[in-house]
Amino acid sequence: MTVASQQPDVSDEAALVSQAREGDAKAFATLVRRYEAKIFRLAQHVTQNREDAEDVLQETFLKAYEHLDQFQGNSKFYTWLVRIAVNQALMKLRKRKTDRSVSLDDTIDTGEDTVAREIASWDENPEQRYSREEMNQILTAAIESLAPPYRTVFVLRDVDELSTEETAEALDLSIPAVKSRLLRARLQLRDKLTRYFKRKGDDAFAYL
Amino acid sequence: MTPLLTCKQFLEELSDYLDENADPEVRARLEKHISECPNCFVICDTTKKTIRVYKGMDPYPIPNDVESRLMAALEKKMAAKAH
Ligand SMILES: [Zn+2]
Repeated sequence: MTVASQQPDVSDEAALVSQAREGDAKAFATLVRRYEAKIFRLAQHVTQNREDAEDVLQETFLKAYEHLDQFQGNSKFYTWLVRIAVNQALMKLRKRKTDRSVSLDDTIDTGEDTVAREIASWDENPEQRYSREEMNQILTAAIESLAPPYRTVFVLRDVDELSTEETAEALDLSIPAVKSRLLRARLQLRDKLTRYFKRKGDDAFAYL
Repeated sequence: MTPLLTCKQFLEELSDYLDENADPEVRARLEKHISECPNCFVICDTTKKTIRVYKGMDPYPIPNDVESRLMAALEKKMAAKAH
């Protein structure tokens, strides 16, 4: 796995956080640059609105700066940022849909949705059939069709590659809740993507 | 003899199996199930590919205008805190 090598150096991070806490603006800017793209992507996935996502991005880093002394070194800085960002994003969603409340526990159903509807083999490398841009559009649209509780867990686990434990911590969920949402998200996405990626002329298994 | 898994039981374990978190005994039962059930074989294979295509998703860079507005907001905040 290449995951370990992609993780930023944690000891360097602790130093940056304590420098930022002492008022070192440059150290905080380094932390911002390290995570801004991921936080913006997460905010876009949760709010599904670019303007809201930009607000969430700003509010997340402003709040982080303001409450830097509350960050406990026992979790990763990014996990702490995600927690702030998800809360801000959910507030945006609530504001937009004033008639009903939105939470991470919204529309969780009972497991009936683990039933696979589309069963067909895919090409070995389905991504080769589409341009990069088309792939991004297909993948993003599929994520956006998921309900928020599934979407958020999926983005953190399978796009950002946080561990189950980190995702649970960032979202204030139990580990079994993260696992069951991730499973359902993956199966729903698999269903949706089958439409694009199934091998041509291989509908033999498909049923409703 | 352990009883055969149903397809529903197989699907419930699929995520742990693909993340290589299933314990060896469960893993063996899951592998036996896919060797005998063409539908679950396809679901397992295409779910694995689903995860793979998302891991390879472009980490699109933050747009320049968004970043400069963020930095401007931060500078304003820092200046306010300094006074
Ligand atoms: Zn089966």
